[in-house]
Amino acid sequence: MEEQFPMIQWIDEKGNLVKEIDQELITEDVIRNMYRNMVRIRTFDRKAISLQRQGRIGTYAPFEGQEAAQVGSAMSLRKTDWLFPTYRDHGATMTFGHSLKTILTYWNGRNEGCVPPEGLHIFPPSVPIATHLPHAAGAAYAEKRKGTDNIAVAYFGDGATSEGDFHEGLNVASVLKSPVVFFNQNNNYAISVPIHKQMNSKTIAQKSVSYDIPGVRVDGNDIIAVYTEMNRAIDRARNGEGPTLIEAVTWRYGAHTTADDPTKYREQQESEDRRASKDPVARLELYMKQAGLWDEEWVTGIKEEVAQEIDLAIEDMENLPPADVNVIFDYVFESPTWTIEKQKKDYVAHMERGDQ
Amino acid sequence: MQTTVGTNTLTLVQAVTDGMRTMLREKEEVLVMGEDVGKNGGVFRATDGLQAEFGEDRVIDTPLSEAGFTGAAIGMAINGFLPIVEIQFLGFVYPAYEQIMTHASRIRARTMGHYSVPMVIRAPYGAGVRAPEIHSDSVEALFTHMPGIKVVCPSSPYDAKGLLIASIEDPDPVLFMEPMRNYRSSREEVPEDKYTVEIGKGKRLAEGEDVTVIAWGAMVPVAEKAVKQMEGKGVYCDLIDLRTLYPLDQDLIAESVQKTGRTVIVQEAHATSGVANDVISVINDTSFLYQKAPIERVTGFDTPVPFFAYEDHYLPTPERVIKSIEKVISF
Repeated sequence: MEEQFPMIQWIDEKGNLVKEIDQELITEDVIRNMYRNMVRIRTFDRKAISLQRQGRIGTYAPFEGQEAAQVGSAMSLRKTDWLFPTYRDHGATMTFGHSLKTILTYWNGRNEGCVPPEGLHIFPPSVPIATHLPHAAGAAYAEKRKGTDNIAVAYFGDGATSEGDFHEGLNVASVLKSPVVFFNQNNNYAISVPIHKQMNSKTIAQKSVSYDIPGVRVDGNDIIAVYTEMNRAIDRARNGEGPTLIEAVTWRYGAHTTADDPTKYREQQESEDRRASKDPVARLELYMKQAGLWDEEWVTGIKEEVAQEIDLAIEDMENLPPADVNVIFDYVFESPTWTIEKQKKDYVAHMERGDQ
Repeated sequence: MQTTVGTNTLTLVQAVTDGMRTMLREKEEVLVMGEDVGKNGGVFRATDGLQAEFGEDRVIDTPLSEAGFTGAAIGMAINGFLPIVEIQFLGFVYPAYEQIMTHASRIRARTMGHYSVPMVIRAPYGAGVRAPEIHSDSVEALFTHMPGIKVVCPSSPYDAKGLLIASIEDPDPVLFMEPMRNYRSSREEVPEDKYTVEIGKGKRLAEGEDVTVIAWGAMVPVAEKAVKQMEGKGVYCDLIDLRTLYPLDQDLIAESVQKTGRTVIVQEAHATSGVANDVISVINDTSFLYQKAPIERVTGFDTPVPFFAYEDHYLPTPERVIKSIEKVISF
């Protein structure tokens, strides 16, 4: 199966081109944009961990190490497409156009964090594993029924492929020929469980065979490979050829969440070695230097820009009015049932008495 | 100009079909999906003829995949469609429970109304038709306990069509429970045209001063028999068909039990944590001082719904209901 689903690479670990880039698809501007987006989401990720440590947001799920997979895939989308993320995919959603303030608000435990910017179809992060794959299949089918060529993408990890909803989602999508891309980030660990204990399969891409849909295995730390293969899968979906399963092989350097201690289940040296040899941001930097696209001044500039943007988003998040208790009650149904109305009334009266 | 409103004499299952057909005709966004709903017309014929009339794109035979097609229906519902999902038997809903609990019923609250799931989940339920095991569950309480979904359970053809149309038009998810024991047990005049029965409203089927008898779905005919027999003994009951199990019709329950002060609730499902207990809560909250006797429940047992050789022991009968009515009267 590893021979049948070889790991596709465009840039090797030294930053050398392994094969010709499609220059029409991947222009110099696209490459600069890739670099900028990866720097932006990495800066956000580190800042969010530090906010959690300071108690300014709640438990946070970091993604550092997976930037090429998230940026390369999300940059391939059109603004009218649908994005179904997990809790570790806000690098993808912010690349797609999600608001940084909203993402921080989500991690600060508020429903406002689930509301996408006007006009963007971003589903709130799926916490139950793999359950959003059938949604993506259905939302994509709805686009097809409406006669558009919009597509949906569902993000999920290696552990998700053990869930029934992964298989049911792929099966339903393949039968309905839904225009959807199932974008797997195989970071080799589901919290503490390594992939060899997760599955006997040698690859995740091979799971596409069961549903007779294309399956692709890419080096998920090679953004050119991710972007190229994602574009091909999206083209197939837009052209009515149905779903694709992409496995982007990557690594998370840090913890599952800020509540997790990865030293209990894996050698940190391995993460450090991977950072030294396979880092997605460093790899694109090496390539850009070889291709004559590197400009120190520009790099310093974007680092300052994104830091400022993130600081502003934090300020905006922290300037939100305090969480409003009405949010609990007012959105369960379009019109509240009498039980909810009564509970709200009683609780508000209780609070008011407490204030006296 | 005067128009004559046409009616048809329909069974409950035919009224369900009629409700779906009415809405498939009215709204292009309405879809029907589930196992065997297409060419076969459903294992109970509830979708009979719909695929022929509306095509394979709107009446969709899905893979045998409750979580898969319920999840896909959620995706369609958030993206502008109005899916009616058929779960072949309520006892087969469990693989889809997570989709309903963590997504269908919760997405509006999570997103402060940005996304919603206007979906109907139809499911035949209940024992008494000598079906194989697991085909006879009546687990409404698993859904009335779930925040964000309404639970509807008609007992008659007229209510079935009207409540189904109301459910399809409801902006939130609705579990629509169809008592399979009542599917073909009686016929009723059902208007040809579109009409709705309001969700959240029960119906008084008989009027009396002595005892309130409350039932829903397949237990309504059982309670009705008991109430008729009691009339022969000079005991007159208010018979209430709840029709909606969440939200309950608090006003109708309160009005009746304040009049009678004596209540018997008939529930097919297991006793513990059942809807009957919620009815008792309503009585407690609204009408405690009116009560003249402890409330009686006639229910299934806290056992799995048994194999059909034993189901007559499990199911409430008119005799058990009569015994409870006599008990609340003689208290």
